[in-house]
Amino acid sequence: MSRLPDIFTIVAVSAGAFFFLAGTVGLLRFPDPLSRLHALTKADNLGLGLVVLGLLPQAEGFLAGLKLVAVWLLAQLAGATVTQLIARAARRDLPPA
Amino acid sequence: MSADGMLDAGLAALVLAVAGWTIAARTAFAAVVGFVTYGLLLALVWVRLAAVDVALTEAAIGSGVTGGVLIAAAARLRPTEAPAAAERPGPSLRFAAAGLSVLVSVALAALVVFPADPAPGLGPAAAAHLPELAIGNPVTAVLLAYRAIDTLLEKVVLLLALLGVWSLAPDRLWGGTPGQLQDARRDGPLALLARLLPPVGIVVGVYILWVGAVAPGGAFQGGAILAAMWILVMVAGLHDAPETGQRRVRLLLVAGPAVFLAVGLAGFVVADGFLAYPAPLAKPLIIAIEVVLTLSIAVILGLLVAGPPERERRR
Repeated sequence: MSRLPDIFTIVAVSAGAFFFLAGTVGLLRFPDPLSRLHALTKADNLGLGLVVLGLLPQAEGFLAGLKLVAVWLLAQLAGATVTQLIARAARRDLPPA
Repeated sequence: MSADGMLDAGLAALVLAVAGWTIAARTAFAAVVGFVTYGLLLALVWVRLAAVDVALTEAAIGSGVTGGVLIAAAARLRPTEAPAAAERPGPSLRFAAAGLSVLVSVALAALVVFPADPAPGLGPAAAAHLPELAIGNPVTAVLLAYRAIDTLLEKVVLLLALLGVWSLAPDRLWGGTPGQLQDARRDGPLALLARLLPPVGIVVGVYILWVGAVAPGGAFQGGAILAAMWILVMVAGLHDAPETGQRRVRLLLVAGPAVFLAVGLAGFVVADGFLAYPAPLAKPLIIAIEVVLTLSIAVILGLLVAGPPERERRR
């Protein structure tokens, strides 16, 4: 059963990579800025979250794991802020519906 | 090809692609976005080359602070962009520039691909004297002990750059306040970020400065992170930029280079010469210089991004 953490890592990181791929496809294919942002945030939140979750069993000790989680939280904070700012700028440029 | 080799090849291809895209970008703003991306990718390349100090500096200065300055410049130049694009240089000049760039790239590539044997380097010599300095990070030892004069002059150049920015302002605004970076809503998401992030960023900046003695980090990287936190607060409109004529601001600007120079001159008396440290005090002196330098670098970089004075000085 000692391989269980490794299997968990492979599954979670692959799932994270899938969300990055899906987010990128959405960023390229979706028709308007707001839906493109929607796709992008999935890559940021879920993709990076799953990658970090998958890497946790591989971390050297508790503090290294905490650092990984901190990276995810900071990326969340920055991502959410920038998304809001871009969405506001995009809505300002759109013709009133 | 091994997994590492594939990662490196992919990274190199990505860097080249982003570089090409940046040059081909039609608007200045798009080119700046490309340049920032390029800098972040380059930081990853430096990590792959095990030069983490350079990677930190590239990400913080090459990409972050320079990106901020360039975005402000692109916004300022937007009205003149179309006429400037119309009078672009002729094909012969562009071919000459491309030819020279290719020549430099090929020469550099040749040096890297066919290095002299043994490859020239001062690595062993730099590592040999680390115990005397009680410094564990060879990059910090080079920057503040072996080649301290370069670092000192670099900080003076940084100050001169800030003076260059300030002198773009008309005479009556000299000593005034830099323009408002952006009119942001004080209750908006940016203001929230500017309240949540600085406590974390300040701790990280101080840590990077402190850890520079034994691991990748140091005054420049730490100062850049502190400057970024300050710029965030200014951009979010939480706190206005200071008047550039204030004595407190001016003192902070020159404190780093001045302390560095004073310690350097003291070297004539207490050690072997200019910028030499007496052996038992080497580490405390280096750390003291780095602390003051970090403050000065943070203020210089913050004011560089804030730009020339645009509001008159209050009397």
